This record gives sequence, structure tokens and C-alpha cells, in this order.
Amino acid sequence: MSLDYPLIWAGLIGFAVLAYLLLDGFDLGIGILFPWLGGEAEQDIAMNSVAPVWDGNETWLVLGGGGLFAVFPLAYAIILPALYAPMMAMLLGLILRGVAFEYRWRTVRGKFLWNFSFTAGSLIATLAQGIMLGALIQGIEVDGRAYGGGWWDWLTPFSLVTGLAMVVGYMLLGSTWLILKTEGALQEFSRRVAWYAGWGTLALIGIFSLWTPLLLPEYMERWFGWPAILYVAPVPVLVLAAGIALFLGLRRKAEAQPFIFANVLFILCYIGIIISFYPHIVPPTVTIWQAAGPDSSLKFLLVGASVLIPIIVVYTAHAYWVFRGKIDPSAGYH
Amino acid sequence: MDWANAIDLARFQFAFTIAFHILFPAVSIGLASYLAVLEGMWLLTGRTVYLDTFKFWLKIFAVVFGMGVVSGVVMSYQFGTNWSVFSDKTGPILGPLMGYEVLSAFFLEAGFLGVMLFGMQKVGKRLHFLATLLVALGTAFSAFWILSVNSWMQTPAGYAVNEVGQFVPDDWWAIVFNPSFPYRLVHMVLAAYLTTAFIVGATGAWHLLRDNKNPLARVMFSMAMWMAVVVAPLQIVAGDMHGLNTLEHQPAKIAAMEGHFETRRGAPLILFGLPDQEAAVVRYAVEIPKMGSLILTHELDGEVKGLEEWPREDWPNVPLVFWSFRIMLAMGFGMVALGLASLLLRIRGRLYDSPWVKRAAVLMGPAGLIAVLCGWIVTEVGRQPYTVYGLLRTADSASPLDAPAVGASLAAFMVVYMLVFGAGTFYLLRMMGKTPSSGDQGPDALLPTRAAAMSMNPELLRARGGSGSGNTGASS
Repeated sequence: MSLDYPLIWAGLIGFAVLAYLLLDGFDLGIGILFPWLGGEAEQDIAMNSVAPVWDGNETWLVLGGGGLFAVFPLAYAIILPALYAPMMAMLLGLILRGVAFEYRWRTVRGKFLWNFSFTAGSLIATLAQGIMLGALIQGIEVDGRAYGGGWWDWLTPFSLVTGLAMVVGYMLLGSTWLILKTEGALQEFSRRVAWYAGWGTLALIGIFSLWTPLLLPEYMERWFGWPAILYVAPVPVLVLAAGIALFLGLRRKAEAQPFIFANVLFILCYIGIIISFYPHIVPPTVTIWQAAGPDSSLKFLLVGASVLIPIIVVYTAHAYWVFRGKIDPSAGYH
Repeated sequence: MDWANAIDLARFQFAFTIAFHILFPAVSIGLASYLAVLEGMWLLTGRTVYLDTFKFWLKIFAVVFGMGVVSGVVMSYQFGTNWSVFSDKTGPILGPLMGYEVLSAFFLEAGFLGVMLFGMQKVGKRLHFLATLLVALGTAFSAFWILSVNSWMQTPAGYAVNEVGQFVPDDWWAIVFNPSFPYRLVHMVLAAYLTTAFIVGATGAWHLLRDNKNPLARVMFSMAMWMAVVVAPLQIVAGDMHGLNTLEHQPAKIAAMEGHFETRRGAPLILFGLPDQEAAVVRYAVEIPKMGSLILTHELDGEVKGLEEWPREDWPNVPLVFWSFRIMLAMGFGMVALGLASLLLRIRGRLYDSPWVKRAAVLMGPAGLIAVLCGWIVTEVGRQPYTVYGLLRTADSASPLDAPAVGASLAAFMVVYMLVFGAGTFYLLRMMGKTPSSGDQGPDALLPTRAAAMSMNPELLRARGGSGSGNTGASS
């Protein structure tokens, strides 16, 4: 029996990217919200709520990049030069915020500097991720086996909107995470932020959904063609339902429900984007199968991945389990 | 557009970002193993001095590891942004190896680092020790895969070329265990251990110079000096074997390291001199006759190939390789000398008595870091002008780049790295300079990084009844 290795790998890398968005999403969101938290004590709690897991979260990004290089080298070679500037901005942003987790505790006088670098880095990285998503969706010009466009092609009104959507969306993930992990004034504050960020996210999802089909005829056909519309209609309906569940959860002061449905919103948007993309990996020209490396490479890595990814999921879940529950401000991390 | 310029900038950007990056894993590979040994000794002997030393270095490890993570994310994307042709062509071979690195090493390290740093009270001693071991194992896996990748680029094997010009796998075993890999792996892992040992030794010596009775400083100094005695000579043997392997597969690199421009029998060993690449001579050379042939061929009159065997456009930058090699060797022999000095003192039962050996140990603290960087330059500059040795030239590997874009991102990297890693180095030195003490927290109050900060926060101090050590008196 011959398996469709490129398709399996597209699924696995899709999973890695989704895992990254959901996991690093809330800790980047906390970075963006950081300056508005009430003083140093609340900032310490917010940072402690993600400190034990942040680098595991970021590893999914490395898997996304490394996986693309490994199994879709052509896509990797086209997409990265196309997204040169925002990619560099994201990397620098991730550096600035990543070191803050340690440096912040190493100084008293300089703490404000690392508070600033935590927020600025998180915001830059998030904005860059959103812009890259938009740039990818609007299509990348290909010339032979290389990127064929200019240095500023990624910068359009559409990509700026997706950049903004990512910022607001991560704020929603971050604030609902804090609702789950904290108590008292910080939790109250997070609930208010989640309320506004929730509305902002839904509005931006609406703009994004109406704008995307106008970008490429393929997308229009995929979403509004007959009978395609019948198959894709559940996605926007479910988005609305998830939005309602989110706000109901916020209103009745539920602890986990807002975080769960903020994640569901992200997953649904992600499914929507996959519907637009398929079967392309670099829209509108390069398909999954054209970009894939030889089956022998895909098979070699799949053997390891099929054993290791489940193990990774188990011990990552274990790490979250060890650090479950509310952050205890008086005890810190023991 | 100015293509040559863009490629030079891209090369400089890669050299700059990886030169920073390589230092952090070098330290964290060694430090992770050292921490595992310390925690193991504590569990075995029950002596709290090991736990206290563990805690001292755990905080430092956390900072080094964080810097390694963020500078490493850059590497995984830089192949694509600046070297997209290389990525397209080598992805089917190198990509899966790096994929294995992410899956088997990075997740393991990141997944258990949180438990290692914050989890002692939550998971208990045994599981905590397991987490420490798994983090150390993760760093070793990481070294295994990334050195396999690097070695394949130096000595490609087990591949075929497909119709669109990609390297495709033919024999995975031959790819992973390519000819230079075992030598490079051993040489690099020993280098990582020595780098850490000399940093630990310098820190111990520094504190012993102030207080010769400090028990933690004694543990650090003594263990580090054992490493210098045992591992530094081993490293010289490993380096020699690695060199002979390079002679077999990349003779032009060896010629540049030795400063041999002409092919001859009975070649001298050039100790020092100024290589002149244009004129193809080493000026003011200080030589030992016939030693070059003896070392490389094990015969006094063996033939040693000079760079004249290869066309000039295939030569690496000779002065850079020549000098980096000599600095690396100087560091290596310095390490052996310090190890011997400490051994003599130890045999006489006076290990902690000589201030001069301690001062030398402080001075030698960065020796491993310098040697790693110089060794890296020798092997990477020495294999130029190729990215895949003999098969793909560096000039043909780059993305369709524009000099302004590469230049701008290079400037941004330089500014951010100087700020971020400059500050990090400052914090690390300050942490190492803090007198290591058994502390007042009780043996199992493993409150590594966060708790120390918590106790500095006056509001929280008050909330905890004025005690900065909430777990005082807890038993081990």
C-alpha cells in the first residue's frame, strides 16, 4: 500500500502550526497586555503563569519551520525570502521577549527595560505573524523554483488587517488564559479585556472572511460557488456559535469556558484558511505535492514523528498538569 | 544589483548569528550534564553542598538556556530567508535530520526544563532528577543531530541528485554517519564539557581567592580541575584524529590550517608566521623541519599536499584559518597545563593552597569559549568556498537577495544581539560573582529563579510575614 506522504505531512505541519498559534498565542498575548496590568505584583503573576511552558510553546514554531524545510523544501525556499522583512522582525521580537523571562528577575533597576522589551517583542512578533499570514493568503509570486516578487509585496492593506487581527486575537487568548489562572483584581481586569478583545476578534474575523474571497478567484469559488457553499457554510455558523459561547462564559464568570471558546474560534479560523488554501501550500501556484521532497525523505522522518509526536504531546500535557491551577502569588514557583 | 555584496553580507550575517548562538549550546550541553551529576551526587550522598552548588548553577543554566533558545530560533529560519537555493537543494537530506533534532531534542529539553526549574516541590526528588537527566539527554541528542547535519555538508555521503538538482537520500545510514561525523561529534561534545568545566573552575577559583574555605567553591574548583586533567588530554587526541580525518576528506582545509602552499615531501611544521594569500607564501615562518610530514603522514618524508594543488578560486581564506587554528591549539595546551598543575598540587594534598593556580584558572575561564569559536572558524571558513563540500558553492546557495535588505536586517541583528546578549553576559557574570552559599532556605526549598525575585518584592515580603524564606525548616 502506498501512502500519500505529502498529504500526511501537510497535516502534521498544519498541526504543528496550529499548536504553535494556540500555545504561544496566549503567552504572546500576555506580553501585549503586560503594561496594563496593575503593578509589579500582577505582572509577576502573569509572567509566572507562562514561565514554565513558554519555551516548549515556542518549540512548535521551530517544528513548523524545520518541518517545512524537511518535507516541503521548495515551499520553505519560496516563502521565507518572500516574507523577509516580517520574518526578521518576528525573530527579533521573539528574542526581545524571550530573554525578558529570565533577565527581568536578574535586576531591580533595569526591570522596567525588560518589561518594555517583553511587551515590545511580543507585539512585534505577533504583528509580524499576522502580516505573514495575510501575505501568504493574498498569494506569493513564484519564478521557477524561487520567489519572484519584490521586497515589499507582503505589505498591503489586507496584510495589515490580518496583523491587527492577530494582535487582538492573541489578546483574547492571553486574557482568557489569565481568567483561568488567576483570581481577584487581575481576573476581573482580564475579564474586561476579554470582553473587548472578543468583540474585536469577531469583528476582524468578519472583515477577514469577507475580504479573503475577493483576493483570488479560487477563494471566491471555494466559498461562494455552488455547491461548495453548502459544504463550507458550517464554518461561519460555528464561528458565531463559538462567539456566543465565549460571551456567555464571560457573563456568567466561568473560569475555563472563555479560554476554551477563544481557542475554538482560532481553530475554526484555521480550518477556514485551510479550506481556502487546499491543495496549495504557496497560493496560488505551488501545491503540496509539487513542494514536497522525495518520498524517501518524508518516510524517514515520518517513522520518527509518528513515535515522537505522541510522546511529546503526552509530556507537554504532563508539564501543564504539573503547573495546573491558580498561580499562588505568595508562594511563587516551588 | 550588487550580488557579490549581498552574498558577503548574508555570509557575515550567518557568521555573526551562529557565532553568538554556538556559545550558548556549548555551555548548556556541558552545564546540563554537570547539573545532572551534581543532583545525582546529592541524592547519592545526601550532602547538601551538592544541592547548593546545583542551585547556584541552575539559575545560570536558565539564563544561558534562554539565550540559546532565542538565538536558535533565528537559525532555523535563516536558512530560508538568506540561503533559499541551498534550502531547496539540501532540504530533502538535511531537513529530516533537523526534524529529528526538533522532535527528539528541543521538545525534550523545553518540556522538562520547566519541571527542572520550578518543579522540585511539585513532583518530588525522583521525578525532578529524571527531569534533569532528560534535559541533559536532550542537549546530547541535539548535538548528535546538528553535528550530523554539519558533517554531511563537510563530507557528503549517501545521496543522489534528482532531475531538478536537489540532493535526495539514497542511504540514510550513510548520510547520518557520514565520514567526518563521529570525529566531529566527539570533538565538539568534549569541547562543550571543557568549556563548561573551565567556566565552573574559574568561578570556583574566583571565590576561593576571596575565601579559601568556601565549600561550594571548593566543589566547583575540584570537579573542574578533574575535568581538565582527564578531558583536556583526551580532547587533544580526539582533535588529532579529527584532523587526520579532515586530511583524508578535505585536504585543502588542512593545507590552509598548516599554512602549506606548496606540495612537498618532508614538509615542516609551521609554528608561526604571516600567511600571504596573494603571494602564496608564509612570511617570517618559524618552522620545525619535517614535523609537518611526521604529524600528518606519520613519516618524516611523507608527501603533504599544498594549496597549489587546487585552483585559487577554490582556496579558503588562509590567514583566518591559520590563525584561528593556532589560537584553538594554544587554548587546548593551556588547559592541559592547568590540569597538570592542579594534579601535582592535588597529589601533594595542596589543591586549594596555590593562589597562582587559582589566578590561572580565573584567567582560563573563557578558554573553552575562545577555543570553540576558533575551532568553528577553522572548520567553517576552511571548507569555503563550498556550502556542500565540493558540490555546491556558497555563491550558488544564496536567496535572490538585495544588499540593502540583507544589510538592514544585519544591522538590526547586530544592535539587538549586542544589547540583549551584552546584558545577558553582564547578568551571568554578576550571578557567577555572587558568593555561593548554602543559603538559609533549607535544603529542599528549591526556589530557583522566581522565588529569589519574589523575596525581593517588598509587598510580597509583607504578605509572607516578613520572611524571605517561606520554607525555612522544611526537611530534605
